[in-house]
Amino acid sequence: MTVVYEDLGDEAEEGAVPVRRIRFTINGRKKIAEVEPRLLLSHLIRRGLGLTGTHMGCDTTNCGACTVLVDRHPVKSCTMLAVQADGHEITTVEGLATAAELHPLQEGFKEEHGLQCGFCTPGMMMAAKALLDENPDPTEEDVRWALSGNLCRCTGYQNIVKSVLWAAAKLRSESADTPDGSQP
Amino acid sequence: MTQALDEIKIGGLGASRKRVEDDRFIRGKGNYTDDITLPGMLHMEILRSPLAHARIKSIDASRAWDIPGVHLVLTGDMMATRNLAWMPTLSYDTQAVLATDKVRFQGQEVACVIADDPYIAKDACEAIDVDYEPLPVIVNPKQAVAEGAAVIRDDKQNQADNVIYTWEVGDVAGTDRAFEQADVISRLQLHYPRSHPSPIECCGSIADFNRATSKLTVYMTTQAPHIIRAAVALVAELPEHMIRIISPDIGGGFGNKVPVYPGYVCSILASILLERPVKWIEDKTGNLISTGFARDIYLDGEMALRQDGKILGVRMRCDADHGAFFSDAQPSKFKIGLLHSAFAAYDIPAAHLRARGTYSNKAPGGVAYRCSFRVTEAMFFQERMMQAAAADLGMDQAAFRRMNFVRDEDFPHRTPLGFLLDSGQYRKCLDVGLKAVGYEDFRKRQEEARAKGRLLGLGISTMTEPLGAGNSREYDILGIKMFDSAELKVHMTGKAIVRTGARTQGQGHETTWAQIVAHELGIPAEDIVVEEGDTDTAPFGMGTYASRSTPVAGAAVAMVARKIRAKARRLAAHLLEVSEEDIEWELGRFYVRSAPDRGVTIQECAMAAYSNMPDGMEPGLENTAYYDPPNLTWPFACYIVTVEVDPATGVWDVLTTVAVDDCGVRINPMIVEGQIMGGLTEAYAMASMQFITFDAEGNCVGSNYMDYLLPTAWETPGFELHSEVVTPCPHHPIGAKGIGECAAVGGPAAFVNAVIDALSGTGVRNIDMPLLPDRVWEAITYHRDISGAPPIATDD
Repeated sequence: MTVVYEDLGDEAEEGAVPVRRIRFTINGRKKIAEVEPRLLLSHLIRRGLGLTGTHMGCDTTNCGACTVLVDRHPVKSCTMLAVQADGHEITTVEGLATAAELHPLQEGFKEEHGLQCGFCTPGMMMAAKALLDENPDPTEEDVRWALSGNLCRCTGYQNIVKSVLWAAAKLRSESADTPDGSQP
Repeated sequence: MTQALDEIKIGGLGASRKRVEDDRFIRGKGNYTDDITLPGMLHMEILRSPLAHARIKSIDASRAWDIPGVHLVLTGDMMATRNLAWMPTLSYDTQAVLATDKVRFQGQEVACVIADDPYIAKDACEAIDVDYEPLPVIVNPKQAVAEGAAVIRDDKQNQADNVIYTWEVGDVAGTDRAFEQADVISRLQLHYPRSHPSPIECCGSIADFNRATSKLTVYMTTQAPHIIRAAVALVAELPEHMIRIISPDIGGGFGNKVPVYPGYVCSILASILLERPVKWIEDKTGNLISTGFARDIYLDGEMALRQDGKILGVRMRCDADHGAFFSDAQPSKFKIGLLHSAFAAYDIPAAHLRARGTYSNKAPGGVAYRCSFRVTEAMFFQERMMQAAAADLGMDQAAFRRMNFVRDEDFPHRTPLGFLLDSGQYRKCLDVGLKAVGYEDFRKRQEEARAKGRLLGLGISTMTEPLGAGNSREYDILGIKMFDSAELKVHMTGKAIVRTGARTQGQGHETTWAQIVAHELGIPAEDIVVEEGDTDTAPFGMGTYASRSTPVAGAAVAMVARKIRAKARRLAAHLLEVSEEDIEWELGRFYVRSAPDRGVTIQECAMAAYSNMPDGMEPGLENTAYYDPPNLTWPFACYIVTVEVDPATGVWDVLTTVAVDDCGVRINPMIVEGQIMGGLTEAYAMASMQFITFDAEGNCVGSNYMDYLLPTAWETPGFELHSEVVTPCPHHPIGAKGIGECAAVGGPAAFVNAVIDALSGTGVRNIDMPLLPDRVWEAITYHRDISGAPPIATDD
């Protein structure tokens, strides 16, 4: 990459921003990036990697639109620095589906009308995935609690909860079909 | 023998068709404004005022200019050289783009930096030194009209005080007579607090001025792209045909994305000056403290009643706090929106409303937050007043409403404040709701619980809402008449594209417009693509807000499909070699009346339009319809909420929420129910936690999601929806009425009425929203009403 600036003299050079090199995995692919230490993980994902499915709603860790999985834990990526992702594995909404088929959560959100404007949806699905990975048979209350860090202004949540329960049921029936009972 | 298609199977009217837009959103493939990157794109950040009212003594941006990667610093003085320091609002006022003389609210735009990277732009904003001289701050209408109050808008000639308008409607003398005849006069005063629509996606734009063609393309978060195009043409003095506004996917609007904001204007000017694309994406605090707020209105009303419960007349007065600039987005004839729709559902002989609007040192806005121009305030006051009046009369809440409703046989019904209601079955809706909630049984349980010291309450709210402005005779914004449009192109293989002047933000137009065409033409919905939001391709329209899409643009879709069907009929006659009069239509097919087996499908007609048209017929199967509605559509709803209040803490829990919505014919029942649940949640939010207030210095309390509380999945109650009451709109082509906002409009009063009902017997008549536990506790403990009005500044 080439960056050309106005020549403002040597003094300006002294304030130049340092850069750190990090290695991480995103949606199964290994990456190296050179980033400013202050760069947010959400900006690395959106602008550095071009994965715009991770949305930014508030920059203040409240809305949850930017939720991704870091080593299977749900994390609001506007709250984590990119340098903190060094050595970790990140999953975004783009990593949910395979080329051939949707993840049951994606199917569930469409089946149960769990989205309207769609802006909170990727974060909701990632938070829900973290729940279902831990608890394959959640109650409605479990789902509501697990999603309580994610705001939605359109749906009133009732259909989001139904979407997650739909996905849980499908995942359970799929894992019952596989001989070793493991989840896809 | 009929060969008509099964309408539900082809995704027509009444099908709960899964949404086509979901396919991209669930994959993270939505295309929101911030997802767009253009080659050579720069980034803009805004420096905002920390003070609510101050004179700008100087702005020194020299340190910002010196930061590597900074391309441009814009200030008010620079904007002024291009006559862009101020811009017109949608309510015939002016608004500062970048402040020159004074800042008038906390968060007002003072300067902009355009840089290679948003981080650099933010750094540079912090390097701008602004010297302010603080001025006295006004945060409510009482202060605004006080003797000797500082004049906020000293930029305006002939503006010697802080009053923007006084406006009235109704019959003063007739209303006075009603009050003279009254047995009982009931009175209620309340404050509907300032709220913010707060879609999760903030506002933003990417301006791209192409120096080779001189064409300006702006991608922006707008609910009304054509209005924006006109505004940009007027404000920036650019030729309208050289402006293209594209509204990509929108992450929620709720009225917040109707106005023109300074950030849009600055990004456009920056792109013109730098001849590069300039992206501006607002942060959440910027969105909450500077963009279109809603409500903030003081209401004071009286009701003249006969002892038997008949309402004889209503008087309302209101003080509206519009902030520093009068930038409400609303029809120009109505200064306080459609507030005069209050009490429309009740048969009341006389009414009068007087409104006054004032400036304050708060952000401008007054947008229709999930409502049709101040209807939320109207319906809230109406249903709070109904509860208070029933209590004053000692009458049952439900019986009092039922006896005063406009009756089914009295439509169309003219209200004393000038509206014409189209249709409805108000008593039936109420009865369905009462049955669903188990009304009589609940009252018994409430009494039993009371004896044990537990506080149960039941709140009823009904609402009717004037949705779908125009007609164009009465409704315009800045003189632009409020109609809408649809264009339909049927290709030769029978597939089709629909474009409208509306702009979906989650309502699902891409799904439902295709259903209307399927209903009218029998083309399967999956064969129809819907496009909106690009002013170069979509027909002119006023955009999507105030629940006007289905009533106006949706009607235009039906009308253009009928034009297509009329031409297809001529093609069918030609193909069947009979005269047009001998042709009959059934869904998807024309046939010969005398020989029903002889027919042609709509797809065969489409092919003929390009390959085998009769001599003299213009080829093709395309058309456009502009629809000017003869009247507003009037949906009706009854919401009933039950709660339990903890007297020790003031915390209240929702036990049940029942919603009975009559929105006429439902195009897609699944989507309609989604809209109702979303509205109920915003109603619960406003009643329980969501408000923006200010301290005496004008600091916005509620400038982020830690202070501006929105309910999560954890707090939000479950909802029980009822759809059995259907009163088709008599003048809408497919009998539909608006629905997107009804529950947000009618819902808040149901929650508040339930809590006040739980407190019955304590003498508490009103607690202003939001009903935070401390307010409820104070009311219970001290047996007094709680006003949520903002504080009055003192000298100390």
